[in-house]
Order: sequence, then C-alpha cells, then structure tokens
Amino acid sequence: MSSNKTTLNTEQIRKDFPILNRKIHGKQLVYLDNAATSQKPRQVIEAIDDYYKNHNANIHRSIHTLGEEATEKYEEAHEKTAEFINADSYQNIIFTKNTTESLNLLAYSLTSKLKKGDEIVISQMEHHSNFVPWQQLAKQRDLKLKFIKINEEGLLDADSINENITKKTKIVSVTHVSNVLGTINPVKDIAKITHENNALMIADGAQSAPHMPIDVKNIDVDFYAFSGHKMLGPTGIGVLYGKRELLEEMNPFLYGGEMIREVKFDDTKFNDLPWKFEAGTMNIAEGIGLSAAIDYLNNIGMEQIQKRDNELIDYAVKRLKEIKDLTIYGPEERGAVVSFNLKSIHAHDVSQILDSEGIAIRAGHHCCMPLMSVLKVPATARASFYLYNTEKEIDKLISALHKVKKMFGD
Amino acid sequence: MDGIDSIYREQILDHYKNPRNFGKIMNATVHHHEYNPLCGDELEVYLLIDDDKNVADVKIHGKGCAISQASASMLTEKVKGKNIEEIKKMAKEDILEMLGIPLSPVRLKCALLSLDTFKNAIVIFEKYIKEPGVKGER
Repeated sequence: MSSNKTTLNTEQIRKDFPILNRKIHGKQLVYLDNAATSQKPRQVIEAIDDYYKNHNANIHRSIHTLGEEATEKYEEAHEKTAEFINADSYQNIIFTKNTTESLNLLAYSLTSKLKKGDEIVISQMEHHSNFVPWQQLAKQRDLKLKFIKINEEGLLDADSINENITKKTKIVSVTHVSNVLGTINPVKDIAKITHENNALMIADGAQSAPHMPIDVKNIDVDFYAFSGHKMLGPTGIGVLYGKRELLEEMNPFLYGGEMIREVKFDDTKFNDLPWKFEAGTMNIAEGIGLSAAIDYLNNIGMEQIQKRDNELIDYAVKRLKEIKDLTIYGPEERGAVVSFNLKSIHAHDVSQILDSEGIAIRAGHHCCMPLMSVLKVPATARASFYLYNTEKEIDKLISALHKVKKMFGD
Repeated sequence: MDGIDSIYREQILDHYKNPRNFGKIMNATVHHHEYNPLCGDELEVYLLIDDDKNVADVKIHGKGCAISQASASMLTEKVKGKNIEEIKKMAKEDILEMLGIPLSPVRLKCALLSLDTFKNAIVIFEKYIKEPGVKGER
C-alpha cells in the first residue's frame, strides 16, 4: 500500500460510534459538524460508565480503595495527555472545563503582571474564546490589544505578523487551525518571532489537537490549549499545557480546595503542579473519558487520522467547487473544515434544508464575529470532517446542496 | 409533504423571492431598523400612519434568511390598513398562524424579527413622534 493512502479502516471505525446509526427525519445521520464537537466511540462512553459503576470516589485525599483507584485513573489521564502532545511530564498538563477556560486562565493569570500600555497580539481569525478574554482584560488593565491581519487567501499576513509583534509585545495568542477558514497557521514560526521579542506564545489548539500529531516541544509554544470533546472525548474536560517554569511563576486562576499545600489564617501555600491550577473537585469522569479518547486516537495513529482528514477535505472541496455560485472561504491548504455560502441563500436556510436530509452542518458566525466582518458576510455554512466520515457522505452533502439551490429557484 | 417542504412551502419562498411592499417611504411617519447579529437578519420598516392611527402605507427593506424575510413580507400585507392598536395586540401565535409552518425554537427568532420590528416602530411612534402623518424626508 502506498504511503500516501491511509490504512485506516473507516467501516470498522464507524461501528465504534453508536450515534452514527441514528436516523434524522427518516434519513441516515451524516454528521459533518465535527469542528463544533466530535461524536464519541463506545470505548469512551464505556470508560465513563465503568468509572461511575465501579470506581467513583473523590480523588487525592481519600485513604480508601475507591479513592485510590479514582486518583490513579485521573492522574494517568494527565500522563497520557502529556504523551499525546509530547510534553515533558503530567505536571505540564492542567485540566480545565474546555479550551475557553484554559484561555481565560491564561488571560487572567498572565495579564495580572502586565503594566499599562503593554501589548497583546492576537489575530483577526480568532474564535471568541481567544478574543473576548484578551479584549476585556486589556480594557480592565489598560493594555493594548493588536490584531494580525488576514490576507485575501485567508492566511495570516506575514508583514502584519512582523509589524505587530514587537519589543512592546508581552503575549501573542493565535489559533493553530482556524475553525472557520481551516487555515493552518505557522505557530512554530510565530513562536520564534514572539520569543525573539521576549514575549509569551500561546496556541489555541482546539481545532488542531484532534486532527494532527502535536509536538509542543517542536512548535515551541509556551502554552497550548485544547478541548476533549472535539477529539472523541466527553464535554467538560479541556487541557492547558504550559512550560513548567512559567506555570510555576504564575498565580492560580481559581482558589479553593486541592490547589493548596498548607492554609493558615494569614496565608496559603499552593500545591505542586499541575494541582495548583485544579481547584475544587474536578471533572474526574470526564478526565478518564479523555484518557480513553486518547487511547482510541493513539490506536489508530494521529498521522493516519491527519492523512484521512486530508483525503476527506480534498474530496469535499473538489466536489463543492463543482457547484456553481458556491463561494468557499479560506486557503487551499486547510484543516478538516470548509466554510462556504451558496449564492445569497442564508446559511441558516441551507443548514435547515440539509438537516431535513439527515445532514448536520454548522451555520452562523461560528463564534468569530470579528472574522465575519472581515469576510463581509453575516454567516457561513461550515462542513467539518473526522475519521468516521466517508466520501459517500460528502456526496450526500453535495446532492443536498443541489436540492437547496433547486428549492430557492435556481 | 415531508417536513422541509412544509417549512419552505411555496408561499414562503414566493414571499422571500418577491417580497411585498419592499422599498422605502421617504416621508414615513416612523422608520425603524432591527438587527439580529446572531443570525445576521436585518429588517427596516417604514410606516405611514394616518390621523385615525391606521397604517396608510408600509414598506420594508432587509436581508436575511428566508423565514425572517418572508415573515416580514407577509406581515406588511396583514398590517396595511390596520389600526396601530390592532398591531400592538399581535402576538407570536399570529405570526405562526400567518406562516402556517412548524418552527423550531431557533427559527422562531427569525420568524419573529418582523413582528418585533413593527411593534417597536409603533412604540417609537407613540413615545417620540406622537403626531401622525407625513414627516420630512429621511
């Protein structure tokens, strides 16, 4: 078998996802909204089920068997996550609720040490989760927020990167893969420029961690945030990776139980990494679910998954281009997501008619209202793919889009 | 008739493609603009209100999804000649009946943009403009 073709067995994989048997309006579900959230294999559902049925207890300070089992599983989830992105240790891995919370943690904690006039650089294509926290904290703390522009193609403009990241910059936070355009940003290059200016580099990995091998040491970002639920895991579990020395210097974002070592009436010593950032009882079952999701992904191999995603997106874009009057947004080289508009038909109408064919896509601003204003559209339709999708499903999408055109009289 | 053909039934698509009373009234008594940033649906309404507080003329201008725009077009036909007191009493149920289609909670917002815009235009008329009849060009 040629090395370009994936060896992954889609038919076998699909059997692991019970929801793919669902009928929607009498039609077989075609789930193409993976950038919003992925579906879950039974291995993940069963891991959560098994935890609640057999191991449930609170973690870390319970001196009994269940407590020890739960602790072991929860800590193992940190270790697996560290390996998954090639981090040094479980101590670099903080569990949060989702990418949004990971980015908020950084925004609150990192800006607390900045001075008036210090600059933060993000890009025009950021999701609201990597936009609003910086915007609001910049306002509260008198910091300057700057935006790297995107060019016509939907790529970050190279000149704009160099113009915006300067000696005044303290933090750069950029998405690794755009959830609207699919643009794969050169985070490694941006990290280099950022570090030359003595600033900190954050990558929003919500759309990259599920779809490609991630090596945080190779891309040399200081922080990397992602969500479990977009990579076959449950909702309620997100990850923040950080370089150890930086995490050690940072103030906790949430105070409370577990994140402490010693509490006296007048002061508190904080716990070791990563627990210093995990206050209160965490989403234990969800952490264990993420662990099972990582096992599932590793079993197939992230390189295989990336290849398969590429096959699917290339096929989808090729077929979408066959439709007259369909506008595609974003560059040729992209992640497993494609946004488009069909003539002047509103994306909500497109999505609703596709739903009647059992096809789930996303329609709207995709939590990127500033980007929509740059693209000068109120909304786009978006199809996003994952390892269980098939070319046949893409064909169904194309036929359904023809139906939309026909209904709207064309 | 399956679900989707009933939502996008001919009458809805006809109103979307050929909206009635589309345009502007330059000397309208009241002009109001509503926008739903979540969807990107936009609607402008122009009302010419006569001395008896009846809607003598109405025009709309907007862009957005089929449901929002068709609903606005159908509503213009319904309110023309009506007294503003009657329009004030109109509710969600009247719009659903007018459209005659089943709508999910999400799409209901699209359908109700028209009624909100019309009603808010009347609120503005009663609160700030008060005097019926033609106004200066706008």
